[in-house]
Amino acid sequence: MFELLGIPPQVLLGQLLLGLINGSFYAVLSLGLAVIFGLLNIINFAHGALYMAGAFVAWMLLNYLGIGYWPALILAPLIVGAFGIVLERTMLSRLYHLDHLYSLLLTFGLALIIQGLFRNYYGISGLPYQIPAALSGGQNLGFMFLPNYRAWVVVASVIVCFGTWFIIEKTRLGAYLRAATENPVLVGAFGVNVPLMIMLTYGFGVALAGFAGVLAAPIYSVNPNMGEQLIIVVFAVVVIGGMGSIMGAIVTGYMLGIIEGLTRVFYPEGSAVVIFIIMAIVLLIKPDGLFGRPA
Amino acid sequence: MAMADKTTEAVAVAQTTGMPRLHKIIFSVLLAALIVLPFVVYPIFAMKVMCFALFAAAFNLLLGFGGLLSFGHAAYFGGASYIAAHAAKVWGLTPELAVLTGTAAAAVLGLVIGALSIRRQGIYFAMVTLAFAQMVYFVALQAEFTGGEDGIQSVPRGDLFGLISLEGNIALYFFVLTLTFGGILLLYRIVHSPFGQVLKAIRENEPRAISLGYDVNRYKLIVFTLSATMAGLAGATKSQVFQLASLTDVHWSMSGEVVLMTLLGGMGTIFGPLVGAGIIVTMQNYLATFGAWVTVIQGVIFVLGVLLFREGVVGVLARWLKKPL
Repeated sequence: MFELLGIPPQVLLGQLLLGLINGSFYAVLSLGLAVIFGLLNIINFAHGALYMAGAFVAWMLLNYLGIGYWPALILAPLIVGAFGIVLERTMLSRLYHLDHLYSLLLTFGLALIIQGLFRNYYGISGLPYQIPAALSGGQNLGFMFLPNYRAWVVVASVIVCFGTWFIIEKTRLGAYLRAATENPVLVGAFGVNVPLMIMLTYGFGVALAGFAGVLAAPIYSVNPNMGEQLIIVVFAVVVIGGMGSIMGAIVTGYMLGIIEGLTRVFYPEGSAVVIFIIMAIVLLIKPDGLFGRPA
Repeated sequence: MAMADKTTEAVAVAQTTGMPRLHKIIFSVLLAALIVLPFVVYPIFAMKVMCFALFAAAFNLLLGFGGLLSFGHAAYFGGASYIAAHAAKVWGLTPELAVLTGTAAAAVLGLVIGALSIRRQGIYFAMVTLAFAQMVYFVALQAEFTGGEDGIQSVPRGDLFGLISLEGNIALYFFVLTLTFGGILLLYRIVHSPFGQVLKAIRENEPRAISLGYDVNRYKLIVFTLSATMAGLAGATKSQVFQLASLTDVHWSMSGEVVLMTLLGGMGTIFGPLVGAGIIVTMQNYLATFGAWVTVIQGVIFVLGVLLFREGVVGVLARWLKKPL
């Protein structure tokens, strides 16, 4: 086997895989943020808390109702999405006429409430969630061991990301959505129910966070704090990619996950901050983000 | 930015000649009350309120008057707190020099992060500042001198100018009172200076300010640095009071807390942040027994504040009195 700069390939590929998995979560979460941002022009600070809620809903479905992983993969995002719709209808929609910073503050408050409640009821030690039987074990690829579930996370996130991209960029519904992003008043004048679309878009973006949460549940323990660190990194990802393009959000997510994984191999101390440093560099060179449009 | 529309005219009136009488009276009463306070309530608690009042006032300079929402002010507050604690404990500096060192460090940090952050606007700006603050958090977690999870503990209070011992709470109280009250007066002066007027112009209509020939980015960078510096002064002072610099000071929830104080008290008002800081610190003090519920309660106040009470306590008062506060 080859060796690169004295680093055994198992270590390198192992970290690459870990990076790719982190990247999968970055991609799905930043995609959700970008979808919401496109139509609502707000940043959903509660995204991390709702990702955590997705994991908890999956855990509750299993432990209280005996519903397993596969149904939960559909049900948990639906439940989280429905919760998001309630939030949008009862609170967020009251703030659209104001400065968008108020919406940001509102979702920040919601994040505190959701996290605080889960922390009170479930503590911070984390709850275990079994890998589904069909995906336990792994493949020996000769040069490394690939756990089936981790491979599934990458595949599932790619499917969801490109499915979302396809709907938004290639279908009639997506065309309405993009049109409403450009000019909501005009689209409304054509008889499209824009408030309904905004509501469903928020619900969908939030459901993506819930989906990521279910995917994460068997890998990381189900923990009330699982969203808070992650979401700040995802914000940096979003700043780097720019929220102008759906594909941009996806590509940047995977890319930064991999870069972070590689940093862990070559300079472990820097892995926690590498994304923020890349963000600083991007701000210097191309302030609108790699895929962003000038504001 | 339309964030502080209601108070704008009010503030514009206030800037004519010197401090209006009402403000003079309020500041005098406040100072008199603060001089008596340590003999009535627990001095440490009073000092904590004053540090957070300065922190919130510094944050309000940026948000309320500059229209820039930073979600990472914990970086300057906590960063200065670490540097000041290190300076006092390891370098053996006297308290005033330790605080000065911490504040200077916050100024440099604010200058660097500010220069990068002002390249984006609005919600991106908020995200960038939050991300950089998280980076500072990771540095505080991993660096050698910060003591990781333990923080820097038992920081000596030392002797002021090498002469006056600050070991006693009352002596320390007046040291803290001088720093924080002085800081708040300085912020008042900045807001009511010609610089402050330009700042408000930029907040209200940035393209127009540009077309009038103002170098908007330079103003933004200056106000960002000033705000970070004063937040640093608050953090450095706090590390002397509690003899401790810890991860709590640089955590993102600290950034959220200062936003909450300012929102609750009244963005873009002079006295709002002070009232907001007083309410939140008192609340934390009395609710401490409820443990994790404090987060939930703060979240609820956030949500209700944004939905129903955007002017804040002092904002509402100012509207009733029809006077800028």
